[in-house]
Amino acid sequence: MTIAPTSSSTTSPSSRWARFRSSYLLYSFKRDWIAQVCFAVFVLLVAAAILAPWLASMNPYDLAQIRILDSELPPFWIDGSDPQYLLGTDAQGRDLLSTILYGARVSLIIGFGAVMLQALLGVTFGLLAGYLGGRVDAFLMRMADIQLSFSTLMVAIIVGAVIKATFGGAVYSEYAVFILVLIIGLAEWPQYARTVRASVLAERSKEYVDAARVMGFRAKRIMFRHILPNTLSPIFVISTVQIANAIISEAALSFLGLGMPETQPSLGSLIKSGFDYLQSGSWWITLIPGAVLIVLVLVINLLGDWLRDVMNPRLYKG
Amino acid sequence: MALLEVSNLDVRFALRQGDVKALRDVSFTLDRGERLGIVGESGAGKSVAAFTILNLIAKPGYIADGSIRFDGRELTTMKPRQLQQIRGNKVSMIFQDPMMTLNPVLTIGEQMIECLKAHRRIRRRDAREIALNKLHQVYIPSPERRLDQYPHELSGGMRQRIIIAIALLLDPDVIVADEPTTALDVTIQAEIMELLLELCEKHNVALILITHDLGVVSQVTQRMLVMYAGRVIEQGPTREIINDAEHPYTQGLINALPQMATPGQRLNQIPGSMPSLANTPPGCAFHPRCSFSVDANGERRRDCREVIPTFVRSGNCDVACHMVRELVERHSPEHDASDNGPSEKREAL
Amino acid sequence: MIAFLIKRLFHAFLVMFIISVISFAIQDNLGDPIQQMVGQSVPDSERAELREELGLNDPFMVQYLRFAKNAMHFDFGYSYFYGEPTIEVVLRHLPATLELVFATTVLIMLFSVPIGVYSAIKPRSPLSRLFMGVSIVGISIPVFLTAIVLIQIFAIGVQFTPFPVDTGWGSWLNGLLSTDGGMPAYGRGDVVHVVGTWSTNFASLEGLSYLVLPSISLASIMLPLFIRLIRAEMLEVLQSDYVKFAKAKGISMRRIYFVHALKNTMLPVITVGGVQIGTLVAYTILTETVFQWPGVGLMFLDAIERSDIPLIVTYLMIVGLIFVITNTLVDLIYGLVNPTVKLTGKPA
Repeated sequence: MTIAPTSSSTTSPSSRWARFRSSYLLYSFKRDWIAQVCFAVFVLLVAAAILAPWLASMNPYDLAQIRILDSELPPFWIDGSDPQYLLGTDAQGRDLLSTILYGARVSLIIGFGAVMLQALLGVTFGLLAGYLGGRVDAFLMRMADIQLSFSTLMVAIIVGAVIKATFGGAVYSEYAVFILVLIIGLAEWPQYARTVRASVLAERSKEYVDAARVMGFRAKRIMFRHILPNTLSPIFVISTVQIANAIISEAALSFLGLGMPETQPSLGSLIKSGFDYLQSGSWWITLIPGAVLIVLVLVINLLGDWLRDVMNPRLYKG
Repeated sequence: MALLEVSNLDVRFALRQGDVKALRDVSFTLDRGERLGIVGESGAGKSVAAFTILNLIAKPGYIADGSIRFDGRELTTMKPRQLQQIRGNKVSMIFQDPMMTLNPVLTIGEQMIECLKAHRRIRRRDAREIALNKLHQVYIPSPERRLDQYPHELSGGMRQRIIIAIALLLDPDVIVADEPTTALDVTIQAEIMELLLELCEKHNVALILITHDLGVVSQVTQRMLVMYAGRVIEQGPTREIINDAEHPYTQGLINALPQMATPGQRLNQIPGSMPSLANTPPGCAFHPRCSFSVDANGERRRDCREVIPTFVRSGNCDVACHMVRELVERHSPEHDASDNGPSEKREAL
Repeated sequence: MIAFLIKRLFHAFLVMFIISVISFAIQDNLGDPIQQMVGQSVPDSERAELREELGLNDPFMVQYLRFAKNAMHFDFGYSYFYGEPTIEVVLRHLPATLELVFATTVLIMLFSVPIGVYSAIKPRSPLSRLFMGVSIVGISIPVFLTAIVLIQIFAIGVQFTPFPVDTGWGSWLNGLLSTDGGMPAYGRGDVVHVVGTWSTNFASLEGLSYLVLPSISLASIMLPLFIRLIRAEMLEVLQSDYVKFAKAKGISMRRIYFVHALKNTMLPVITVGGVQIGTLVAYTILTETVFQWPGVGLMFLDAIERSDIPLIVTYLMIVGLIFVITNTLVDLIYGLVNPTVKLTGKPA
């Protein structure tokens, strides 16, 4: 039995905007309040992170602004707080709110950067493996299997450890953002490669690809003009989840001391630095950045879930 | 009393965009040992009809209206547990694709024995004996060995034989076969169909055969229904319909058969395609494709566009078509012209 | 069976080979055994002599083969920090990690299957929605944060008193919102020696109480994953033709769920489970760090801090070996459970 999907394609798709406005994506977004709330929170957090230098009351990177005497002040709703520091201060006397804003900025930069690198590597390898097949495919997928069986976080930790041991802690701290993007990017490419390969294999067997081949188009053109556009929706869907994963990975690495230094904190290294003060009762130093991290990752994951339901792409299982 | 009596059945699928009507006002009967064909293009609602008989349509589908009486008992309102006792026991089903129908992780024997044990208090050894016997009946070579094999170890034709054996396990009154040969190789299709026919005749089992293959229907069944866009549009004795179809759609189907075409000429096909169930045209659902719905001025007849045709008796057949009604009424002036659809339909059954 | 086994073993050896090359490359480039052996005061000439003597000037391949040969005998040299064979250090820490992983696996298996199956059978029930909601929150909380929150609530205690304390109902509500803490959250506590380097937490309630928070933290990241996976697979299986056919046969729903559907659901779950073992080991590093659990994860992190290269290399090799063994076992189990994998010599 066939039931026609009622994606409202009534308006002429003259412009991209018009097409977007009549799309099923927007239609279901309007009907899903969870997606709306998540999107709003996500935009708010990203905006706050981008605007951190203007929103924050102090620059946590600037040692001159830090007053060590004001360390470990609690947030405003607890006795003994200083109205100057809304969410209290950390062990070094930095305003926690400002530090969180800057930290979220670092976390997001690393998250997006790492996902861009993953996507670049994964899509390239996935296209090659799926389109060329044969030995290239076998080799790349075996690599992906081995790397995945080792778990991405494990790979990231090992690579991080090796880099740290090779160049020393000081160099590592200095180039931490760059190194983290590299580590997390290298560790997670198989996710993309497998997904892209799966959809390439599905697309490749379709007639339009045969038609393109018969018409004498070259492999490169077929891949980029014909196959790649059809793999975009699964790429889009896993990208949301991957950003959440990358942010968590960054936090985990920072928590293990293989990430951002305390002088240039991300959310993860804030949690780490606060953890030592948990026993002494200053829970806010670690738990408030922790809550921000959870909210950030949660809204991205929920958006990813929603996207997966709406776009329903062919995803690689396992 | 007929063995199975389906009347005014409405089945809908509750989708996000609203209800889609998959079956509308479907009525038919089946007698003991009778073989009935249900014919139509894919999307006409044949399979939904098949699943509805055992009240097996899954959510979001539901029976909105109508009744299904089996052996005098109403199935639409029956409790799940009682329904379970009828399924596989009194009424069994054969599915379309034998590659998908058997559970890949259970042995053939397990899948046969569980069926017996679900309906009878029976020892495992005795159940196995019955299963073996049924495998013999469907001409499976070395059946003893098959019982311990898994489905993937057998070919498609072999699996469909096993499914037929499962359908016959409890000596049911009715077998509903949903396109039982479509997924098979052409060479095996005839074998399986012949086997099914032979077993139904031998055990006096009634058969509802759902198919789009008019050839098979004409060989196997005694009566047939033709469905279009969720409705029955013509029903009657198979031979009569095949030889002299009244409904323009049925005529089109028969003319489209390759053997009806003159060699060297194009096959006759019905222009256009069947509407999706989500937006069937008003009036007669077939009218946009029907050449008879155009009047002398080249315009669509108003009744075809606006009024849903009711059944009219023509010979031994019931046909839902305005054009046929006109013809019938012109030739038999004693026929009451005033339309009282429902009672007429009852009488048609 | 033989062909399947050989293929699996070949794969296992390949992975071990790659791990060993990586490990050796790390050792070769980062470790300077001379420095460790003789210290700063020894003149360069003597160092060069020693280098020659130890074969450190040999070609890469020769050195790798020597490394591999020693590795076969679990001889990875001496730890810089502990001054004893690294393998002994690792073996001393391994039981703690294995016990933590074991407790976590039990938790995951105990909860993921019933919850996953329930929310597939009744996808619209409020309880299923709750499970799904909680599981996505669970996935979104990094394992070390779960650990920290658990420590705050159950070990340190929370005093949350938004209601008036002087009234009976107020202090009762406050009591609901507050915890006393007191759960052990540091180290393994008293363990009972079993055999060799293996001391266990499972011998006493006291010992088990030390396992509670770490294993819950570790499970918190994997449990939602498995629940969602089992639910998704089960939902798909319930749509399949063979489940519909089973219904048409008049089989009871119980049997359909637990015999027809569950077995097919668990097949892909087993595969994913094998892959997730790696992830679980990675997360032990985080969990052990938070709880100061004296396992190999914590040892590894300390080794990184101290640039204890031989210990790092040994950890990689041993953990790699554990991965490979468990993955191979999981593949074998999959092959045994799934009849479509030709394990046996039966003609198809």
